[in-house]
Amino acid sequence: MKLLIRGGRIVDPAQDMDRVGDVLVDHGKIAAVGDVIEPAGDMQVIDAKGMVVTPGLIDMHVHLREPGQEHKETIETGTRAAAAGGFTAVCAMPNTEPVMDNYSVVHYVREKGRQAGYARVYPVGAITKGLQGKELTELADLISAGVVAVSDDGRPVSNAAVMRRALEYAKPFKLPIVSHAEDRDLSGDGVMHEGTVSTKLGLNGIPAAAENVAVARDILLAEATGGKLHLAHISTARAVELVRQAKQRGVPVTAEATPHHFTLTHEAVVGYDTSTKVNPPLRSQEDVEAVIAGLKDGTIDAIATDHAPHAEEEKDVEYDLAPFGLIGLETALPLVVTKLIEPGILSWKQAVSLMSTNPARILNLPGGTLKVGSPADITVINPELRQVVSRDKLVSKAKNTPFAGWSLQGWTEYTIVGGSIVYRRQRKED
Amino acid sequence: MNWWRKDLLGLEQLSREEINLILDTAIPMKDIVQRDIKKVPTLRGRTVVNLFYEPSTRTRTSFELAGKYMGANTVNISTGSSSVVKGESLKDTAKILEVMGADVVVIRHSMAGAAQILAETVSASVINAGDGIHEHPTQALLDMFTIREEKGNISGLTVTIVGDILHSRVVRSNIWGLTKLGARVRVVGPPTLIPCGIENLGVEVYYSLEEALVGSDVVMALRIQKERQKKGLFPSLREYARLYGITRERLALAKPDCLLLHPGPVNRGVELSSEVADGAQSMINRQVTNGVAVRMALLFLLTGGAKGEAIDTGR
Repeated sequence: MKLLIRGGRIVDPAQDMDRVGDVLVDHGKIAAVGDVIEPAGDMQVIDAKGMVVTPGLIDMHVHLREPGQEHKETIETGTRAAAAGGFTAVCAMPNTEPVMDNYSVVHYVREKGRQAGYARVYPVGAITKGLQGKELTELADLISAGVVAVSDDGRPVSNAAVMRRALEYAKPFKLPIVSHAEDRDLSGDGVMHEGTVSTKLGLNGIPAAAENVAVARDILLAEATGGKLHLAHISTARAVELVRQAKQRGVPVTAEATPHHFTLTHEAVVGYDTSTKVNPPLRSQEDVEAVIAGLKDGTIDAIATDHAPHAEEEKDVEYDLAPFGLIGLETALPLVVTKLIEPGILSWKQAVSLMSTNPARILNLPGGTLKVGSPADITVINPELRQVVSRDKLVSKAKNTPFAGWSLQGWTEYTIVGGSIVYRRQRKED
Repeated sequence: MNWWRKDLLGLEQLSREEINLILDTAIPMKDIVQRDIKKVPTLRGRTVVNLFYEPSTRTRTSFELAGKYMGANTVNISTGSSSVVKGESLKDTAKILEVMGADVVVIRHSMAGAAQILAETVSASVINAGDGIHEHPTQALLDMFTIREEKGNISGLTVTIVGDILHSRVVRSNIWGLTKLGARVRVVGPPTLIPCGIENLGVEVYYSLEEALVGSDVVMALRIQKERQKKGLFPSLREYARLYGITRERLALAKPDCLLLHPGPVNRGVELSSEVADGAQSMINRQVTNGVAVRMALLFLLTGGAKGEAIDTGR
């Protein structure tokens, strides 16, 4: 079965393409892209007039919670949410129960993702056994099970020597070490960004230095070892600056930022809404501006959601008791369109680089482009559609979003994975 | 002016007029406290629940007596006996109290925002008796009542608060309240116990107690908790007392008629020398009496007492 996407604005930074044209899919691959293609009888046709057609979006950083915490999210609900948000691939973090630190668990996650049949699931293995920060996992074995990176996300590697060994050992595999850069001693029992707001609210603060110190350490270790470092969810002005300087020196480092870190400040915590409790915490206005500048000038390579679902009863408690994390898969794209593209901060090409091209490059994934012969992972976006974010309409099992009630534009119309439509926006007439 | 709020969660939200209304209402209440027969029927048939998730003797007793003097039914729930130990959430506990018919719930909790959660869950009035290190509005109100009683006015006074500013809900409430009433507030303590950005709340930060005391009309010492030393925030109680303990010699640096306040309980020899704790400038016992009066005033206002009615003092 062939699929023809007609008349959309095709944005594919890998081919330096931003033009109106057609995309033809055949046998799960891109068969043609660009010029007008006449529809034939064996083609399913999508009218993409007024739409933006991009290589499938890739979220480098999600928590699917399965195995072990299926009450928060499952691989099926998480990948359905991903598809609804325009993501054709997600990277699943290893802090599951059991931890993704061995072949079986990684294999299980990958297979479950395949069976679910929505977004592709690329497992991220653990750096250390049991996320304990002590012994390295069997990297070669994890790679054969399908990991695309390793990370002790949520449980940062506190021992610098272990981090050094991980960066060194991974070199022959060209596998990125994804660092959740946080000095746990400095963050202590903090639950939000340390600043005037935390002082007013009487909540313990997490200083920006907790992130900055760890970012600096990991950059210096990457520089010393030549290992491939990817910094997850950087959120401070200083961290952005450290990455910028490191890149100028030629350090092999890449970085991602989340939509909540370029749209919300610590002021959002006023009122003690626990959906604003996230790690790294929502920072100051100055930090938000620095993250946006980093996205604009390419210091930050990727936008990733750090989708962290939690059950309602877990979040509906005192701020101190609530777990860290918010969900992002279904709001990331409209936040990028509304807050970065519409105001003219990013071009569509830049946005697609951050959400597809670069994640594919960093993790060496097959997608990220609409070049002929590539897997037909495609996102069709309605850039004008404006909707209010509603908790009831979320596909994710979890509802812990601070964006409920926000009016946003730029929503997914179709999500196509390997040539199959895995998500299609419901229209009133349907 | 009339009182319109359902709850008292903190002084940050209150206007100067609202604070003055509470303080004014507390004046006749103090008369009741000082009588031989301390009972008025104002809150007869009303139920006040003291929900204490943290141990407290003085605040809980103060609220309990305030309720009893006003004729209310008072019930105390403390952590040891409550369903918290059985894993019930704060919201579920709140709903239980609601359906049992509580009119006012007084909550003390170790976590910031707990009083707000409660207030959003129940239709009963909620009084924050301390939520984590966020606010402790009734303590600040009784402090302000005491200062006003002694000095006549708060506007223009210099109030210096000494000690663990970081972990003090008393400080935060006092900063909001005192600055709204026109006082100049200084905070002083070791830099490790001064919270980030406190100067943005309109106070002056000092690290030297001596410098801070000069020109002070009121000095408020805070209780220092031994756990803070264990967390490495200062080296020892000995050194703390050496730098920030209030002694007769140091108090002499302040204005001659300077008042000394402490929310209690006092670590004698650490925050205050016994000499000043028991001295003529000490307001510590007066604060306790005034605490009952201020809490009576709040119970009165929150149960609808100020809707144009005169205060029924039973005379």
